[in-house]
Amino acid sequence: MHSTSYSAYWWKYFEGIIAPSIGATLRMLSTSMALSFVFGFILAYFLVLYGPHGLRPNRSKYKVLDFIVNSIRSFPIIILIVALSPVTRIIVGTSIGEKAAIVPLTLAATPFMARIIENSLKGVDKQLIEAARSFGASDFQIIMKVMVKESVPMIVAGTTLSTITFLSATTMAGAVGAGGIGAVALNYGYQSFNNTVLYTSVLLLFFMVLIIQWAGDWLYKKTV
Amino acid sequence: MMIRAHNIVKSFGDTPVLCDLDLDIRRGGIYGLAGRSGAGKSTLLRCINGLESYDNGSLIVDGVDVRTLSRKDMMAFRKRIGMIFQHFSLLERLTVYDNVALPLRCWKYKSGFIDRKVRELLEIVGIPEKVRQKPRELSGGQKQRVAIARALSMDPHILLCDEATSALDPKTSQAIINLLIEINKQMGITIVFVTHQMSVLRGLCREIAILENGKVAVSGMVEEIFRQQPAALRNLIGDDFAMPSEEPAKMVVLVLPDTVTGSFVSRMAVELGIDFTIEGETSTFSTDAVPGLPVSFPEKARHDVEDYLGRHNVAWKDINGHDGRLEPIETYRERYNAQMPVTQSEAV
Repeated sequence: MHSTSYSAYWWKYFEGIIAPSIGATLRMLSTSMALSFVFGFILAYFLVLYGPHGLRPNRSKYKVLDFIVNSIRSFPIIILIVALSPVTRIIVGTSIGEKAAIVPLTLAATPFMARIIENSLKGVDKQLIEAARSFGASDFQIIMKVMVKESVPMIVAGTTLSTITFLSATTMAGAVGAGGIGAVALNYGYQSFNNTVLYTSVLLLFFMVLIIQWAGDWLYKKTV
Repeated sequence: MMIRAHNIVKSFGDTPVLCDLDLDIRRGGIYGLAGRSGAGKSTLLRCINGLESYDNGSLIVDGVDVRTLSRKDMMAFRKRIGMIFQHFSLLERLTVYDNVALPLRCWKYKSGFIDRKVRELLEIVGIPEKVRQKPRELSGGQKQRVAIARALSMDPHILLCDEATSALDPKTSQAIINLLIEINKQMGITIVFVTHQMSVLRGLCREIAILENGKVAVSGMVEEIFRQQPAALRNLIGDDFAMPSEEPAKMVVLVLPDTVTGSFVSRMAVELGIDFTIEGETSTFSTDAVPGLPVSFPEKARHDVEDYLGRHNVAWKDINGHDGRLEPIETYRERYNAQMPVTQSEAV
């Protein structure tokens, strides 16, 4: 009897509060990861092109890019969200909610992805790049057809890592007005002394991490 | 001349790599560049196809001054020069087919043409059945064959080889050498081979240059250099393997009948009580050289050896050239054919 009433109680919170937040978290995560992958890739392209051992070394251009990447990475995500709120408001029209969280999340994840992709590309054998040069491939072709092609498994592994890192970042964003599981766990769970909501959210996050890691490993094995 | 380098100067920072280097490489030949690590041979090779720039001098390759090329022209220029490497440099994630097709795809050839070309090239290098395999499923020799096919995909005039057999066992490396000789003969591609392996220099190259401290220390026909044993060659081989210099040595090529094995030399050594040095494998160094076994022995034992060889009907060619009996190979063949049974029974 008691257990039926508890599960009804649990279901009420799950259906009403937690379940909608799963969608919000997934939307924040996937959008910010997709955007940061694109921007990170573009940054990585130029980092690899202009880097000291790059295809077309250019000290000053590399320095600028390197500085941008390092300085964004030095801000903790929660500070970035707060500090960026005016910019966010200009871009998406609001500074709270899941849409608003995507802006700082993307900004924080972009340099992270850039470094991950840059390091993956830099791991490609130098002689392989020389070989590509020797048959007349352009710098663009060398990066896209040789370096990227060869480092796909590395990029997959790095993206998995970064997705998990930024899943936790979305929950932190919950503390400063973003939606999602993090906000639910904090607002409805922790601050309302509702352990059911809190630990259900924690468990959900735990399973999400497992699923992301599993999917990443599967993709890595497929591509290696 | 296919490649003409004049006064090439190149340094990495404060370290000079090439110092006033001069080199001429004939069209259609197989040219060996030897030298210790750091002698500048790989750098010179990379200057030829513009992978490295040089600080001063002039380098004319296939009628083009490498230095004057713009980035775009350089890319087109590199189509004419294939290159293979010590560690094969294949894309591990692509199949053999896609690896060979890569240069053609970069140059945006039509897929029908690419397909024909790739299959034809894999036929030439002798691994048509590996087309769908990935490099990690291949042996070292097969990987180098794929790399050769890829290097030939743009119909180059020159093939640059950077230690291309150094990661292979002797047997595989010989097979690759034979393939390169075949390619040189059939397609008339000029081959420049950087190596530190003596067997490759002797087995593959017609002409060689030995680099020391960024300069050509000695250059010329390979058999001349191995006969004269200049200081640069001795430095390269290491004194252990060079002939003892205190004792004047004589080098001859023995033309052994097919039925005679290497034990002939050891038997001769035992019977005469002198040391013989076998100078490399069965000589294949050049088409006009005498096929046979190059050996050297102390000059003072010359008469004994001459006598012994005479008694056993083994023809020999004195490749020091200036003294000793020299029997033309044709005379030898005639006599050998006439006396076949006798020679066989005596020599075996």
